[in-house]
Amino acid sequence: MRYDSKEDMTTKSTTAEGPRAAAEPGVLVLLCLAAWLVPGAGHFWMGRRQKAIVFLLALPAMFLIGLLLNGRVFPFELSDPLVGLAAVADLLAGTPWIIARMMDAGAGKVTAATYEYGNCFLIVSGLLNFLVILDAYDIALGRK
Amino acid sequence: MTSHFLLLILFSFFVSLVFSVLLRDEPREQVRTGAMMFGGFIATAIVLGWLMYPFPL
Repeated sequence: MRYDSKEDMTTKSTTAEGPRAAAEPGVLVLLCLAAWLVPGAGHFWMGRRQKAIVFLLALPAMFLIGLLLNGRVFPFELSDPLVGLAAVADLLAGTPWIIARMMDAGAGKVTAATYEYGNCFLIVSGLLNFLVILDAYDIALGRK
Repeated sequence: MTSHFLLLILFSFFVSLVFSVLLRDEPREQVRTGAMMFGGFIATAIVLGWLMYPFPL
């Protein structure tokens, strides 16, 4: 089978070209910051409003459920790597994490039956928001 | 709210929702992907739960 590299390159360059309004580094940083602070803000900025609304509703709701289930917003303890990683995952949730820290919520109740579920909701909420931030970044670069 | 199954459903719903919206652009495809993912979560949890049943903790 003959491989036509020229055709392949044409296809790639076509897919890579998209709206690059936010391709400047400064704008990209702002976009990622906004997407971190408010889940879905990056998609809203890039005109994907339907997606933005879903992220805005679902991710903070997951974080809130995690808190209601007696989950713990982990502190940054470098001595315990797993706790440190969980803290980073929690932080990625953005504003819900900031509010929880300001209100001293998320102390966690280890004896509660739902403690691990709560942690799971909190951590996954943050990690999903990280994926959403990366997706917004890709859209801004015209990769999607 | 301490029902493990209810919490499993809730968790699966949110994760499927976010992933389907993230991965697909067309609403029809989003619903299809989300439903498949949600079903996959529930089915896998039930199958793994039964497979682990004979093992003591």
